[in-house]
Amino acid sequence: MSYIKPKFRHPKLPTNALGYTVADYDGAISTLCAGCGHDSISAAIRNACFKSSLPPHRIAKVSGIGCSSKMPTYFLSRSHGFNSVHGRMPSVATGASLANRDLTYIGVSGDGDTASIGMGQFVHLIRRNVNMTYIVANNGCYGLTKGQDSATADRGSVAKGGAVNPFDGIDLASLAILEGASFVARSFSGDKEQLEPLIRAAMAHNGFAFIDVVSPCVTFNNHAGSTKSYAATRDHLDAMPVDFVPMRDEIRTQYAEGTTKDVTLHDGSVIHLHKASADYDANDRRGALNAVQEAEEQGRILTGLLFLDPNTQNLAVNLNLASRPLNELGKDELCPGSKVLKSINEGLR
Amino acid sequence: MKPTNTEDPEYFHKVVDCQFACPAHTPVPEYIRLIAQERYSDAYMINWESNVFPGVLGRTCDRPCEPACRRGRVEEEPVAICRLKRVAADFKDDVKHMMPKAGAPNGKKIALIGAGPASLTVARDLAPLGYELHLYDAQAKGGGFMRSEIPSFRLPEEVLDEEVGYVLDMGVHATFNTYIDSLQSILDKNYDAVFIGCGAPRGRDLPKLPGRKEADKNIHIGLDWLANVAFEHTKKIGTKVIVLGGGNTAMDCCRTSRRLGGEDVKVIVRSPFEDMKASPWEKEDAIHEGIPIIDNHVPKEFVVENGKLVGMTFEKVEAKYDADGKRSLVPTGEDPAFFECDDVLIAIGQENAFPWIEKSTGVRFTSWGTPIINDDETFQSTRKDVFFGGDAAFGPSNIITAVAHGHKAAVSIDLFCQGKNLEKRPAPTVSLKSQKMGIHEWSYDSVPVDDKREAVPLVDLKKALADRALEVELGFDAQTAFVQAERCLNCDVQTVFTTENCIECDACADICPTSCISFVENADEPELRARLLVPAENPEQDIFVSDDLKTGKVLVKDEDVCLHCGLCAERCPTAAWDMQRFLYSMTKAKPDMMEVQA
Ligand SMILES: Cc1cc2nc3c(=O)[nH]c(=O)nc-3n(C[C@H](O)[C@H](O)[C@H](O)COP(=O)(O)OP(=O)(O)OC[C@H]3O[C@@H](n4cnc5c(N)ncnc54)[C@H](O)[C@@H]3O)c2cc1C
Ligand SMILES: Cc1ncc(C[n+]2csc(CCOP(=O)(O)OP(=O)(O)O)c2C)c(N)n1
Ligand code: SF4
Ligand code: SF4
Ligand code: SF4
Ligand SMILES: [Mg+2]
Repeated sequence: MSYIKPKFRHPKLPTNALGYTVADYDGAISTLCAGCGHDSISAAIRNACFKSSLPPHRIAKVSGIGCSSKMPTYFLSRSHGFNSVHGRMPSVATGASLANRDLTYIGVSGDGDTASIGMGQFVHLIRRNVNMTYIVANNGCYGLTKGQDSATADRGSVAKGGAVNPFDGIDLASLAILEGASFVARSFSGDKEQLEPLIRAAMAHNGFAFIDVVSPCVTFNNHAGSTKSYAATRDHLDAMPVDFVPMRDEIRTQYAEGTTKDVTLHDGSVIHLHKASADYDANDRRGALNAVQEAEEQGRILTGLLFLDPNTQNLAVNLNLASRPLNELGKDELCPGSKVLKSINEGLR
Repeated sequence: MKPTNTEDPEYFHKVVDCQFACPAHTPVPEYIRLIAQERYSDAYMINWESNVFPGVLGRTCDRPCEPACRRGRVEEEPVAICRLKRVAADFKDDVKHMMPKAGAPNGKKIALIGAGPASLTVARDLAPLGYELHLYDAQAKGGGFMRSEIPSFRLPEEVLDEEVGYVLDMGVHATFNTYIDSLQSILDKNYDAVFIGCGAPRGRDLPKLPGRKEADKNIHIGLDWLANVAFEHTKKIGTKVIVLGGGNTAMDCCRTSRRLGGEDVKVIVRSPFEDMKASPWEKEDAIHEGIPIIDNHVPKEFVVENGKLVGMTFEKVEAKYDADGKRSLVPTGEDPAFFECDDVLIAIGQENAFPWIEKSTGVRFTSWGTPIINDDETFQSTRKDVFFGGDAAFGPSNIITAVAHGHKAAVSIDLFCQGKNLEKRPAPTVSLKSQKMGIHEWSYDSVPVDDKREAVPLVDLKKALADRALEVELGFDAQTAFVQAERCLNCDVQTVFTTENCIECDACADICPTSCISFVENADEPELRARLLVPAENPEQDIFVSDDLKTGKVLVKDEDVCLHCGLCAERCPTAAWDMQRFLYSMTKAKPDMMEVQA
């Protein structure tokens, strides 16, 4: 009986720029079902943070309720975390990012947590452009409460008990594009080669970054007739491969002419869009909506970077917040004294 | 790369590093688990079947298994495999009834020359098959060098008597105190086959060193001297003793000297300390007993005054290594060093000697003086009914190698006596059994523990030096043995993969604590090794490659640092991984000698 991850690691684990190994980004051993797509996303987040050499103590994980929202326990045990109530992670994330704009925020949610109970909060998070990465582990059901259809379940998808879903599913990626999100991507838990660079790019992005990740629920939604099973997802996947090159690294990889397109982020890091996606214009909000719609009509699941506005102004910038976090401001800065108060009052006369 | 063929028993055999490295392929993890369950007799019998002398080897084995042990690749120290073997021997009950008896006579007669571990193994393996076994040895009792050379403070006589006894009691006709001075005389007795396990009995000398003849009374060949001590012909040595040589014989000579009156005992060796042949633990034991080891000193002269040895001079050298790593000892040019002494023990190597084997017998020898042998499987000499094994076959080695030779020679003799082809050897016995008991439950302790290796406690040094026969090592107590046994990673519980079941969810690759599992595009071996999550850089360890998966990728598992923790199988939703216990038993003349229920 395990539930215990041994302490031993590969003696030759590579280290990143901070001298950490990927094991330094591990979390507790997962209690989710064996083979759950969510575990694979946890591993992708862990790998992404390792590869981008983010100091674990400068990361905050936030989540709501659901199997997906349990995920933050299973990665980055040396980071900050807040497991909020169902659908309310956006408020916590907003508050936290206002108080401390220096941390990297990773929000993890589910399709139930986001598209049902948390829908109201979700759209406001987008509208406010909170500087964070928001990942939905999308399994088309309420995994934690035994597999009821969620609001993202596709019309016609058959539940484990045999019921056919009569409603259209909400497409969270389209919604995010429509609501003005500055970074929108879709991926699949079983495609780390694409998911990891997307997470790294999302974390480097200076605004709200949304990733909708199809993440099969092995226990309640992985049967024949489900549209979000491993098999169905693989069969319909239309993946646009990407690479992520952080600013710090010189661009070493040589790509044949015309096979890639680069998108440069505000911090100088670069996203390479590969051949399959090179014709795709990730800067075109309307085009992105069309492409997603078209893929859906053809029964394809379009994954990759769908939309990006690298020059967006995030919440902290829009509100003209102090450049340093609250907890670093001293008494003198917070209470600048009667002289300053007076001049403010003067300005309001 | 082609998909790995795990049907070939050698694949999983190689994963069990300790067992693979053991010349007799003792199923180490199997007996270690039994020790943890306090089933000492069963643990003993598993050993006995493979290595015939568990109590002896648990104290004296050269333990090639330990440097090979996987645990040493994931933390500092390997499992205390050897000393756990001793635990099985120390704590077992009466095991006699678990041993096979001599078989009904099959009408064949075999002569065994020398009663060392090689001959005794042949006898043990052939007795249950009904062979009539005639064993000859010059010494008064069986055991060979285990009796005459290995000092009692490392190997108590009772332990040796017991284990030699188990073999002799299987109806072996032993003729002791009988030196065979002619092979022809044995051949004349019309044996169906003859096994020669007479060891490598000749100790090297320094005949040309100045002063050698004059000081002869106080210069002793280590090998002969140790035997004289063992048989109590020698009971004393001078106060100041120099031991020449850097192997295990030198270590036994110096430690024995400390017990026979030597107060100022030194080991002086030509090579650098690190290059000495002695095992690291033997050197430690000598140093612990207050014996300095002086390296980089080449003997120059025995200094004799008034007809008596007073000391030795040495030339100081330095080791230089050329581009190929070949060493030469270059004089430093300093003045020769002089060390006083009353006695010198020469322990600078040993060699084979077969003065009793006549050319006319048709047994031929190489220019190094070892017999020409068909190959290292059959052990058949140039005369078809004569077989060699142990130190006699390829020169000095160790007990466990002699045992392994014995098993193979016994198979050959059995085939030979049945008129069968010696090259067509029976396959090893193997089995593979799932250990699954529940979703997160296995019938072995799958979670690797963090405990460190502990040294075996020693008897008080003063007491040890006062009594030549007092065993220095006390052995582990049951509690320590349990903790030490739990350090074993159960490398015989194999990760068995079924490609068809895999849905490529990545769960196994994500959970694996030591990053052994990767899903990658296939390539040729060097490229594939480089592509893994952590490149597989240990060429001595295989990589497992699956058939093509649905995405076109393959699953590759680097065996190098797999902890056999079973987490991959626990996290697999489709049971594409299973943990299965692989039991490998090397080919023996009688394969089903005994069975221990796991
Ligand atoms: C000082 C010393 C310490 C050692 N310590 C260890 C140790 O700690 N661990 C380890 O694994 N190995 C050790 N060894 C090596 C080990 O003892 C031998 O490798 C092993 O015993 C070889 O076994 P064998 O069966 O080939 O022959 P031996 O054990 O050498 O037995 C040969 C026997 O044949 C007899 N014999 C020889 N010629 C004749 C003849 N013509 N007629 C009748 N009888 C004959 C001899 O009397 C002897 O009893 C040590 C060796 C020495 C010298
Ligand atoms: C306020 C509130 N309402 C309802 C629940 C019950 N509940 C727990 S998890 C969950 C759905 C989670 O679904 P999703 O976010 O898709 O997560 P999954 O388990 O599928 O990963 C619900 C409805 C709750 N915990 N709190
Ligand atoms: S860990 Fe155990 S099974 Fe593995 S090599 Fe070491 S002793 Fe053998
Ligand atoms: S048993 Fe499986 S999970 Fe454990 S170390 Fe080996 S490959 Fe990795
Ligand atoms: S956990 Fe099982 S199904 Fe998943 S990838 Fe590994 S072997 Fe395949
Ligand atoms: Mg869900």
